[in-house]
Amino acid sequence: MSPSDDQILQGAIFDETAVLTLGDLSRMCAVDERHIVEFVHEGVLHAVLIESEWRFSGAAVRRARRALRLERDLELNLSGVALALDLMEEIEQLRRELGARR
Amino acid sequence: MEFKDYYKVMGVARDATEAQIKQAYRKLARKYHPDVSKEKDAEAHFKEVGEAYEVLKSPEKRAAYDQLGRGHRPGEDFRPPPNWDAGFEFSDAGPGDSSHSDFFDALFGARARAGAGGRGTFRAGHGEDHHAKVMLDLEASLHGGTRTFTLQMPEFDEQGRLALQQRTLNVQVPKGILAGQQIRLVGQGARAGEGGTPGDLYIEVEFQPHSLYRIDGRDLSLELPVAPWEAALGATVKTPTPGGMVELKIPPASHGGSKLRLKARGIPAAPPGDFYVVLQIALPPADDDKAKAAYAAMAAALPFNPRATLGA
Repeated sequence: MSPSDDQILQGAIFDETAVLTLGDLSRMCAVDERHIVEFVHEGVLHAVLIESEWRFSGAAVRRARRALRLERDLELNLSGVALALDLMEEIEQLRRELGARR
Repeated sequence: MEFKDYYKVMGVARDATEAQIKQAYRKLARKYHPDVSKEKDAEAHFKEVGEAYEVLKSPEKRAAYDQLGRGHRPGEDFRPPPNWDAGFEFSDAGPGDSSHSDFFDALFGARARAGAGGRGTFRAGHGEDHHAKVMLDLEASLHGGTRTFTLQMPEFDEQGRLALQQRTLNVQVPKGILAGQQIRLVGQGARAGEGGTPGDLYIEVEFQPHSLYRIDGRDLSLELPVAPWEAALGATVKTPTPGGMVELKIPPASHGGSKLRLKARGIPAAPPGDFYVVLQIALPPADDDKAKAAYAAMAAALPFNPRATLGA
């Protein structure tokens, strides 16, 4: 599966272009759809309704995978995961601002 | 192979209760979790702790490990005797996607994997997606271009053992990508079974610090040194921007910290970021008589108290 050294792979920015269904997200995160539904209800993930179906952005994959890791590794419950994710994003934002000020 | 002392890794006594082991794990997991931790080698520590916990939390594995551990010292060369695990029943399905040490694999690896049945329940014939993180130079996002990434990927070999494979990828970086965003490479994930489609590879981007510009989301900023008279009287000065050198007009009565915005000259994302120039007053050195005279003339001409607001 290793490409030859001179082959150049075309990359696309995932977050901007992607519109994912519940099924897509569940497959990409390798979890049951019900788990994703719980994430949405708890506010861990944000979904928009298009033709009465949920749609997710590409950034949701990153957030969902992180949520799953926290859940599994730290044995957090859903509201704990939601809180941790929000705080982590706030810290990242603050670190970025701090870096911009130095 | 070295014998691993899982009790020492977890920092618990050999007769620790289940509750104590769980408590120790939670504390260490929070400390070393790669998503949370800023510790050096957090990931390696976390794996070690996870492996120790996987063994010690399961009564069967713990009992097997304890029996094996008698007469072995940590760090000592170790080889499990044949059929050492006969008579133990393993109910735990074992590892998910975490990789283990050789020591763990020799003890529990093959068995756990045989029982786990993989995670292929989601779409038959579709390989798993892979995820990685890379450090990128800002220029790649500003101008686009090809970059070479070296990634470590755990892969199973013919014997079903997990090994780290290195792969080098040449990637056309999409112009305008921002920190935290992912580049998707179709078909570069895990291989699928016969006739299936391979998974995709997602590369999350983080920027290396830039020599001139500070990066804040899609915006960039530059600290531009100006002479006191340029700030006071206004001037047109040369300044670097991501798009090249430009003539920048500094309005009269500017001061240190004044922020000038160049719209849409930041990272060329959609929508594009802005470019900010933050003025920094640079004082000319008073290292000869002429300069000293100029400062003295200014002191005589201007009734200026920089500490007026301090009541001094």
